[in-house]
Amino acid sequence: MVEKRTAGDHIFDTFNVLLLSLFSILFLYPMVHVVMASFSEPRQIMNHVGILLWPDGFSLEGYKVVLGNPNILNGYLNTIFYVVAGTALNILLSSMGAYVLSSKEFPMKRTISIAIVFTMYFSGGMIPNFLLVRGLGMYNSRLAMLLPAAINTWNLIMMRTSFAAIPDSLAESARIDGANDFTILFRIIFPVAKATIAVMVLFYAVGHWNSWFNAMIYLQDREKYPLQLILREILISNSSSGNTVEAADEITNFLGQLIKYCTIVVSTLPVLCIYPFVQKYFMTGVMVGAIKE
Amino acid sequence: MSTPSAERARKRSRWKRRFYNNRYLYLMAFPVLAYYVIFHYIPMAGTIIAFQDYVPIKGFLRSSFVGFKHFIDFFNGPYAWRVIRNTLLLNVYDIVFGFPLPILFALLINELRGKAFKKTVQTISYFPHFISLVVMCGIITDFSRTIGVFNSIAALFGAEPTNLLTVKEYFRPIFISTNIWKQLGWSSIIYLATLSGVDPTLYEAASMDGANRFRKILHVTLPALVPVIAIQLILRLGNILSQGFEKVILLYNPLTYETADVITSHVYRRGLEEMNYSYGAAVGLFNSVVNVIVLIAANTFSKRVVKQSLW
Repeated sequence: MVEKRTAGDHIFDTFNVLLLSLFSILFLYPMVHVVMASFSEPRQIMNHVGILLWPDGFSLEGYKVVLGNPNILNGYLNTIFYVVAGTALNILLSSMGAYVLSSKEFPMKRTISIAIVFTMYFSGGMIPNFLLVRGLGMYNSRLAMLLPAAINTWNLIMMRTSFAAIPDSLAESARIDGANDFTILFRIIFPVAKATIAVMVLFYAVGHWNSWFNAMIYLQDREKYPLQLILREILISNSSSGNTVEAADEITNFLGQLIKYCTIVVSTLPVLCIYPFVQKYFMTGVMVGAIKE
Repeated sequence: MSTPSAERARKRSRWKRRFYNNRYLYLMAFPVLAYYVIFHYIPMAGTIIAFQDYVPIKGFLRSSFVGFKHFIDFFNGPYAWRVIRNTLLLNVYDIVFGFPLPILFALLINELRGKAFKKTVQTISYFPHFISLVVMCGIITDFSRTIGVFNSIAALFGAEPTNLLTVKEYFRPIFISTNIWKQLGWSSIIYLATLSGVDPTLYEAASMDGANRFRKILHVTLPALVPVIAIQLILRLGNILSQGFEKVILLYNPLTYETADVITSHVYRRGLEEMNYSYGAAVGLFNSVVNVIVLIAANTFSKRVVKQSLW
């Protein structure tokens, strides 16, 4: 498309590029600050004022403490378990639900859909949920991190929309060949809806990785805590080891500020590493969600 | 002519056959429906304790009914106005400032000519969405220290350094601006995706009619976004009383309760920490009901005005 560009166009374009560059810097700065601070000299960083674009002195003291902190290691392992087991359960249940709701054969689909969507807008609330989890004997059990969040209704609806767009003929021909519904779902639908499934895995996994509130209200034993709950203690409740008893420790006090930065880096590293590989799915993900019935 | 009983028997056997043919489908449906019944509908039924003096040992069935006592306690208590006001203000500000910005951001990105720069800005802008809430609040806490980054910026405008999270006047600006930081890029994706689907011939036709760039944005780009904007706004309004409480719980402290304490954080402290289960359930139920009312109102309004609705 050949178009004459006026002076106004040029001014606008320049302004636009500058503005968006400024935005990009603002989006990135906090993480840059934290990474730079994490490599700094502990006393210097404790007293550092303002913007930081380069480490203030250099030391790896903080990382030594953080990587040697059993609470962080244990939190990491727990979180990996919650992410893997939780996401597997999420995908299994959501895909079965989406398959049922998009199949022609299931009775009362409309009523069931409405009943399911209704739960997105109306819930019993925190207290009845808590009493239920306790009543089911799941208080302080790892199951409390998995079962109450077994399906995200929004994701279920997105999956159903995507499954419904797949031509029936595919499933029909498989059925004639003797395939049952499970085979159709996992062997036929899954490969066709690959992009949607990938996005669902991403959304669910990120959800589990970031989740802390359920852990806070449902878990009591520290050895079951996910990483985020340990982080909360270190970063916000001001106990630098994530272990309240040791909080008054001399060394950790002196390293306190540095340890916070290192903890953030160590706990965000997996996200930073995976991010470039998954970001191509974002647009697909949102588009799947945007399709209206 | 078949007898009614034979008719019924045939119907039943047809139903049985249908059930048998679809047995795997029912097998799939079972855990999903069980999940919704157990983890969503049972808690809804559990809100009955809002009308009881629930005692855990007695259970739902034998605890005594007290009618609206807990609702009256809440509304007559000193905190009702505070938590309702804070919930509404935090969300209204979040919508007023946080809702239009992603649209504007998408429009600006859409006007970029360089493909590589466009992609880079987008990729960077989505990143904050993936920073966990706890880490983000950890950074906010750090930046708000007396010698933190926020204070050095505020010092440029002549402000006295303080720990910003202990000053109640600063809670809302910090809460809202960091929300925008986290969600701006991510929320703009849906608008960008919509814009990539706009028919290019519309722009050509507009150029032919002598429209300049701003007229094209106004008459082609924006109208294409209206349906998506309407749906996004309804969805956001449907969360007006329930969003953001986790962040509040991470950032507030007794010094800032006056501006920070919201309905759900109040439920958490009074209901769970102090174990006033019935009171907490009552306030939670009030919250849910108001949420649904706002959602229905927004949906009805949108249906009339821009012909867009969720149902």
